[in-house]
Amino acid sequence: MISRLKRSVSVKILFVILVVALLAGGCASADPENTINISGSSSIQPLSEELANAFMEENSEITINVAGGGSSAGIKATRDGTSDIGASSRELESDEREGLTVIPIAIDGITLVVNPESQVDNLTLEQVRLIYSGQITNWSEVGGKDGAINTFTREEGSGTRGAFEDLVMKGAKISSKTGVQNTTGSLRTAVAGDPHAIAYISLGNVNDSIKVLAVDGVMPESETIKNGSYKLTRSFFYLTGEQPRGNARNFIDFVLSPDGQQIVRQNFISISDN
Amino acid sequence: MLLLFALASILVVVLVGLFVFLQGYPLLAKTGFFTFLTGLEWLPGEGIFGILPMVIGTLAVTLGALIIGVPLGVTTAVFLAEYAPERIAFWTRRAVELLAGIPSVVYGLFGMTVIVPLVRHVALNWFGDLLSPEMRTGYGILAASLVLGIMILPTIVSISEDALRAVPKAYKEGSYALGVHQWQTIWHNTLPAAGTGIMSSVILGMGRAIGETMAILMVAGNAPAFPTSIFSPVRTLSGNIGLEMSYASGEHAQALFATGVVLFIVIMILNGLALLIARKGANA
Amino acid sequence: MKMPIQEKLAKWFIWGSALLTVSILALIVGYVMVQGLGQLSISFFLENPRKMGSEGGIFSPLVGTIYFTLLTMLLAIPVGVGAAVYLSEFTREGPLVRVIRFFSDALAGIPSIVIGLFGFAFFVVLLEPITGGWSIISGSLTAFCMILPIIIRVTEEALQAIPNSYREGSLALGVSKWDTVMNVVLPSALPGIFTASLLGIGRVIGETAALLLTLGGSLLIPKSIFSPARTLSMHLYLVAMETGEFGVAFGTAAVLILLILLINLGGYYLVQRLTRRMVGD
Repeated sequence: MISRLKRSVSVKILFVILVVALLAGGCASADPENTINISGSSSIQPLSEELANAFMEENSEITINVAGGGSSAGIKATRDGTSDIGASSRELESDEREGLTVIPIAIDGITLVVNPESQVDNLTLEQVRLIYSGQITNWSEVGGKDGAINTFTREEGSGTRGAFEDLVMKGAKISSKTGVQNTTGSLRTAVAGDPHAIAYISLGNVNDSIKVLAVDGVMPESETIKNGSYKLTRSFFYLTGEQPRGNARNFIDFVLSPDGQQIVRQNFISISDN
Repeated sequence: MLLLFALASILVVVLVGLFVFLQGYPLLAKTGFFTFLTGLEWLPGEGIFGILPMVIGTLAVTLGALIIGVPLGVTTAVFLAEYAPERIAFWTRRAVELLAGIPSVVYGLFGMTVIVPLVRHVALNWFGDLLSPEMRTGYGILAASLVLGIMILPTIVSISEDALRAVPKAYKEGSYALGVHQWQTIWHNTLPAAGTGIMSSVILGMGRAIGETMAILMVAGNAPAFPTSIFSPVRTLSGNIGLEMSYASGEHAQALFATGVVLFIVIMILNGLALLIARKGANA
Repeated sequence: MKMPIQEKLAKWFIWGSALLTVSILALIVGYVMVQGLGQLSISFFLENPRKMGSEGGIFSPLVGTIYFTLLTMLLAIPVGVGAAVYLSEFTREGPLVRVIRFFSDALAGIPSIVIGLFGFAFFVVLLEPITGGWSIISGSLTAFCMILPIIIRVTEEALQAIPNSYREGSLALGVSKWDTVMNVVLPSALPGIFTASLLGIGRVIGETAALLLTLGGSLLIPKSIFSPARTLSMHLYLVAMETGEFGVAFGTAAVLILLILLINLGGYYLVQRLTRRMVGD
């Protein structure tokens, strides 16, 4: 009986220690003054992380949390004040803009990608539209080897999809049978593993596992995007409340500075080049 | 104080139901619950919200999972309860527990990198021209059913085994005394006697299958269209929420909460059904 | 008596299907290990993720997982055990208990994504001034809702397995009901409570869908319970899906499976020892 009593006491002590440890951890560091929360588009997330790391190296007292969640979540969080900065890969609707400052930070190209085995190198904008609306279904119709075209798209609400619909579909509907993946990475995986697949992803996410197509004869590269000959482009935006203040202001100034834009150029197009 | 803790479950269920309903209500009120449920098209960009294709998708994937998971699960339960030597049963049970412990994203990763390419291979090489393009990607009902079928195994095995073990020994011994063999006895006496328990294992497995999100998202192809073959890509109700919640706003977000309301109702009906069956079993 | 062919076939069939079940497990675990173990190194555990996790290690998700799991269990164990004690020690089977049980079972069945929707609307959005929006506390409160039924159910089973003579002995000595429960019943149920906690931890570690909506997914090391964080399961999903870097994803998957193995087998071993020590008293 005694040993049992002891044990129940030791369990209680353990419990108290745990609580204290957690609370101590909780109190020691809650420092909202020096924290910047960024949330929003997953297309912008890697860029935000690079920018945040560079900024934190210079300003070690500042912590920047970069979360994804999507453009709409970022817009909402910025309006609510949950995030100091929101990241959106799509233009804001007029009612969404209300009370927010919208700052373009980079230009992105939307690229059409296929499996490296594909013999197709170029599609016209018209062909892309017909493929995604389900009217062209075989690669032989666009100069490839005979084989059905497997189309993949992002989900409704994605900034990349929104831009694709605006720039390519122009009112035509993406066929409802099109495979839907909710991330760039999973689209890339689908294309990398399937010789008949086609998808569209952000220029910053292109890698060796997939092949990028020219559109209307123009390859998406920083030059062609800068001079406007590659048409499928969109801007990345940071959003803040009425006027960015304090640390958020400093961070956005850094992003727009030559140093910040140099980081942008690693994977995207600088807004100062456009 | 303790009573308060005990009431916590009720509080949580009520809060969950209430909040999801409140968030989804504006849209449901606007389109009407029935129109939402039976709408054929899901076009959030144009403000059109119909989830019938996803209801069908959920049914198809769940049915597929049951076709794979129930026979395998119940026979494994029979093995554990009737055939297995104690040591082997012990380790098999550990294995089933481990299967239950594997995170669903790991199943999803396995599905994406092993099962989807396998299904794509089968679709291309065995059925080839019979299938329309969207069915040749590997993502679809078949891949999702295979992954889900495995995921519901532990639920079915453990609850069915409990049910089989709860069958009074007298049932079996009477049969053996008459010279009836083991399998005959199991088939004619034990399995029917454990019927309600097995049935509730199937219903709980069904609940698990309907609720699963991440693994399904990674392998189902997620197209909001009516499936026409087992290779068709489909979107499930839970997949719909997981897929679009992060980017949704306004009515679109409300529509996803409304999808949550439908899921909530379906699961509550299944729970009630399981309870009813359990009670019937207890009375019998 | 010779075994009829039907019996033999049935026997083969049953053994075969059990073998298949175990093989599926072996296949999945084996595949993940083969793909993932090569990724593991000291630096994989101790480095922070870079480039959205496609490079670097898993240090911050590991810290996030520990922080988040601890807080969740800290919430769930007292409430879950308290509820179980109430249900099995302080009340008799009646309509109230039946209603509580029904809701507890119902809660266990609610899909985690639906609980995630609730957590998002309630903890992240409505209680934002308190929880800080997407944060460990929001994620933990959401996960708490999910594992409460498991803790209640398993603890209750453990309490019911304690012989009534323990309670009667203590009560006969004039010890109050409350002290009897605290000093006799609960300590004897410790192995069961431990099992319940392990099951809860396993479930929490494996959860992803609800946490994507509530925990935030930050790659930074969380500074307090009001910071956003990312667990290993979320990290695996986000890395695999956002970056397509399957190497890191499989490495993370291998760590997750090792953790689950540790919890299942190590936990089982500990429960056995605990039980033996209890009996040895």
